Amino acid sequence: MQTKLSESFRNTPEGQEADRILRACVHCGFCLATCPTYQVLGDELDSPRGRIYLMKQMLEGAAITSKTLKHLDRCLTCRNCETTCPSGVQYGHLIDIGRKIAEQSVNRPLAEKLQRKTLAKFLPQQKLFGGMMRLGRMAKPFLPASLGSKISSATAISKPSHSITQPARKMLVLAGCVQPALAPQINVAATRVLDAIGISLFEAANAGCCGAVSFHLNFQEDGLDAMRRNIDAWWPHIEAGAEAIVMTASGCGVTVKEYGHYLKNDPAYAEKAARVSELTRDLSEILLQEETALRTWLQKRGPGEAKRISFHSPCTLQHGQKITGVVEALLTVAGHTLHPVSETNLCCGSAGTYSLLEPEISTQLRDRKLGHLSQPSPDIIATANIGCLNHLQSGTNTPVRHWVELL
Amino acid sequence: MISNEVVRHLQAILPPHSLLLAREDLKPFETDGLTAFRNTPDVVALPETEEQVKQLLAICRETGTPVVFRGAGTGVSGGALPVDGAVLLAMTKFNRILDIDPLARTARVQPGVRNLAISEAAAAYGLYYAPDPSSQIACTIGGNVAENSGGVHCLKYGLTVHNVLSIRVLTIDGEEMVIGSEALDSPGYDLLALMTGSEGMLAVTLEISVKLLPKPERTQVLLAAFDDVEKAGSAVGAIISGGVLPAGLEMMDKLAIEAAEAYAGAGYPLDAMAILLVEVDGTQEEVSEDVMRVRDVLLASGATEVRTARDEAEQKKFWAGRKAAFPAVGRLAPDYYCMDGTIPRKALPAVLKRITELSAEYALPVANVFHAGDGNLHPLILYDANQPDAWEKAERLGADILELCVEHGGTITGEHGVGVEKINQMCVQFGAPELLAFHGVKACFDENALLNPGKAVPTLHRCAEYGAMHVAGGKLPFPELPRF
Repeated sequence: MQTKLSESFRNTPEGQEADRILRACVHCGFCLATCPTYQVLGDELDSPRGRIYLMKQMLEGAAITSKTLKHLDRCLTCRNCETTCPSGVQYGHLIDIGRKIAEQSVNRPLAEKLQRKTLAKFLPQQKLFGGMMRLGRMAKPFLPASLGSKISSATAISKPSHSITQPARKMLVLAGCVQPALAPQINVAATRVLDAIGISLFEAANAGCCGAVSFHLNFQEDGLDAMRRNIDAWWPHIEAGAEAIVMTASGCGVTVKEYGHYLKNDPAYAEKAARVSELTRDLSEILLQEETALRTWLQKRGPGEAKRISFHSPCTLQHGQKITGVVEALLTVAGHTLHPVSETNLCCGSAGTYSLLEPEISTQLRDRKLGHLSQPSPDIIATANIGCLNHLQSGTNTPVRHWVELL
Repeated sequence: MISNEVVRHLQAILPPHSLLLAREDLKPFETDGLTAFRNTPDVVALPETEEQVKQLLAICRETGTPVVFRGAGTGVSGGALPVDGAVLLAMTKFNRILDIDPLARTARVQPGVRNLAISEAAAAYGLYYAPDPSSQIACTIGGNVAENSGGVHCLKYGLTVHNVLSIRVLTIDGEEMVIGSEALDSPGYDLLALMTGSEGMLAVTLEISVKLLPKPERTQVLLAAFDDVEKAGSAVGAIISGGVLPAGLEMMDKLAIEAAEAYAGAGYPLDAMAILLVEVDGTQEEVSEDVMRVRDVLLASGATEVRTARDEAEQKKFWAGRKAAFPAVGRLAPDYYCMDGTIPRKALPAVLKRITELSAEYALPVANVFHAGDGNLHPLILYDANQPDAWEKAERLGADILELCVEHGGTITGEHGVGVEKINQMCVQFGAPELLAFHGVKACFDENALLNPGKAVPTLHRCAEYGAMHVAGGKLPFPELPRF
C-alpha cells in the first residue's frame, strides 16, 4: 500500500517499522472475515484493515481524536488477522506502535485513565492481587453479578508445586501474575506431569508478570521493565543450563517469545531478550517433543477417567504462537474424547483486561464461544490460558480447566 | 460536498454509530481492493434495518444525492470507490443467513453475508454454494451479485448469475421488487441476469436466494508442474478437448507460485515455470477415471511432474495457496494491480508470450494467476506505489494487456466487473450504439443517474476523450471479430 509518513515519524525506528508493515498490506480485506470485532460490529473501522488505515493516516500526519483511539482500544489483539493475512502483515507489532502514538496524541477521559492505570499497576503484582482475590471471595455475595462472576472459587490444591523426585533435566517455569491466585493448580499439574517424564520444573525468585498486562494497556515502559526484570531473574539459571523456559499460560508465552522483538532497541538487553525468547516453550510443545516419555508414563499409570472435552484454543496459542492441534492430540493420547468445535479461530473475548474494559463486546464473544463449545455438551471445557479460563467460566456451569490438569 | 441539509436528514434516520461524518472516520473507506483509486467519501452510512435503507434512498432521491453501495470492499475494479457528493452506503451489517432449505437446496441470505459463510452453514446438510471467488472468505454475496463474481469452480458450475434464484431489491424510486423466483425460470424478460453484474447501477439488493449444490461424492486435485508457461497453456486446452470438464482448472506462473507458497506452504514446486491445478469431482468411478485421463493428458503435454493430493487436507492446501495468490504477491512487491481479461482458451500460449514481452518492455514484473479453464486471465502487475510514475506505468501496461485480450477476440473483464478501472477499455470493447443502449437500460431504473454514477458504462464523451489520447483507440484490430 502506498504510504507517505510525516516528517516526525519518517526517521524514527518505530516509524520505519510501521512503514514497513503498512507497505506489506495490499488492502485485500481477507482479515475482515476473521476479525471478532468486525463480526460483531460490521464496521470497517472495527476491522484490522480499517485500523491499519486509521494508523496509516495518523502516521501520515493527520490529526486524530478519541475516535481513532476507541477503534484501536476495541481491538482484542487476538492476531487472528495475522493468521489470515496472505501478504504477511505483522498487525500485532503495528498496533503496538499505533496505540502508543495514539495514546500520546489524545487525551483520555480521566475515569478511563484511572481505570486503566489501576489495572496496569495492580494486576501484575502477584501478592497484592492474591490478597485482593481472597478479599473478593469473601465479599462475593455482596458484589454486583458482573464483577462477582469474574471471581473464581478458591481451589484446594495438594502441594507441593515443586518436583518431588528432582530429575536431572531442569526447566524454568513462569508463575505469572494472576494465575497463582486464580488457579494455582495449573502449575502444580504441570510440575506433576513433567516430573513424571523426567523433567524438573522450578520458578526463579523475582520473576513475575511477563509484562503483557501493562504493555497492552499502553503503559509500555512498565511492560518493558517487567520484561527486563524477568530476564534478570532467569539469566543466572539460563547460564547454569536451564534447558527451557516453560509457559503454562499461552498469553504469557506469546509475550515472552517476543521479548527479543520488544527489547531489540535496548542495547543492554537485546541479546539476552532474544536468547530468552529462543528458549521459551509452551507446555504443549515440551510434551509434544517428549511424546514417547509421555506415552510410556501414561501406559504405566493406566487409564484415568476419560472425559468428553471441548477444547478452546486461545488466540495467543493458535494465532500468536501458531501452535495448532497439539493440545488436542495430547488430550486424545491421554484417553479423552474431543468434541468437534466450530469457529475455533475466533476469540472468546477475554483478551487480557479487555473483558473488563469492553464488557459488551467481550460478553457477546464469550457467549458465542460458549455456544460453540457446548454443542454437544461436554463434561469439561479445556483451554490453555488463564484469561480465557476465567472468562469462559464466568459464563457457564460446565467446569473450565487448563488442559494439563486433565493429563 | 454533501450539503448540511442532507446530513441533517440522514442524522434524523440513522443513529450516530451508523453515520460517519468525520474525516478521520471516512478516510478508511476511500478505497476498496483496488487501492490505486482513492476518494474520501463525504458520508458513510452503515444502516442496520431495511427501513433505514428505504428512508436513506428516499432522502437521496428527494435531494438528488448520489449513492454508492459497498459490501466488504474486496472488489478489485473500484466498484465501491466513493463518488464526490455521494453517500457511501455499506451493507455490511446485514449479515444474517435467514433460512436454509435442505430439501429445496436453497439458502435465503442478507446481502452482507460472506460468500464462504453460506457454504459453511450449508455444510451441515452436505450442501455448498458453488461460486467461490478467491476472496470468498471475506467478500459479501451482495457484492458477488453486483459484480457477477466467478471463482475457481465456475468452469463447471457457472458464475453468480447461474447460481442465484431470486433477489429482492429496492430501486431509487423506493419500489421494492422480487426479481427471479424459486423456480429455475420465471416469466417475462430475464431481469435477474440484468441485475446480476449491474455493479450497483440499477438498485440495491436487500435479500438473495441462492442455489445450493450437494457436495460431490469424491473430489481429487492434481498438481502438474511445467518447465515452460506455454506448454502449461496448451495443456489446458488439451484437457478440455480430451473430454474432461474439471471442477476447477487453474494456472499459476513462477512468481505467483513463489508468493502463494510463502503463505500457504502447500508444497508447490518452486522450480517450475508454471503449475496447473486440476480438480475433478463426481462419483468414485468418475473421479478415478478422470484422474487417469487428466494425468495422461498432462504428461503428454510435457508436464515434468504430476501429483495427486494425498488427502483432503492436502487438497485444501493446494487451493489455499491459489486462493490467496493475489494478496500473497504483496510479499514480492508493496503493490499489485490485478487484471481480469478473458481470451479464447486456444489463444492462451500466444497471449502469455506477449504478456512476458510487455512485462519486459515496461520493466514491471507480472505474476500470472489464471482461471485457465475459462480463459480468464489475472495477470498481477507488481509495482511500488511510493515510486513516482510507477502507478501510471502499471496502468498503461494493464491497458495494453486488456487490449491484447480484445485483440485475440476476448473481453476486458471475466468476473471482476468494470468499475472505474476498466471504464476506458469499455470504449474499446463497445461502439457508440451499444453504449447508448446501456445508458437506456440504466435510465429505466435510475432516471437521474443517482446510483453509482460514473462507473461501469462510460459516457460517449469520455470515450471520445480516451480515443483522442489513445493511439489504438478507434482503430480496433480484427474489426470483423464479434464483440460481446
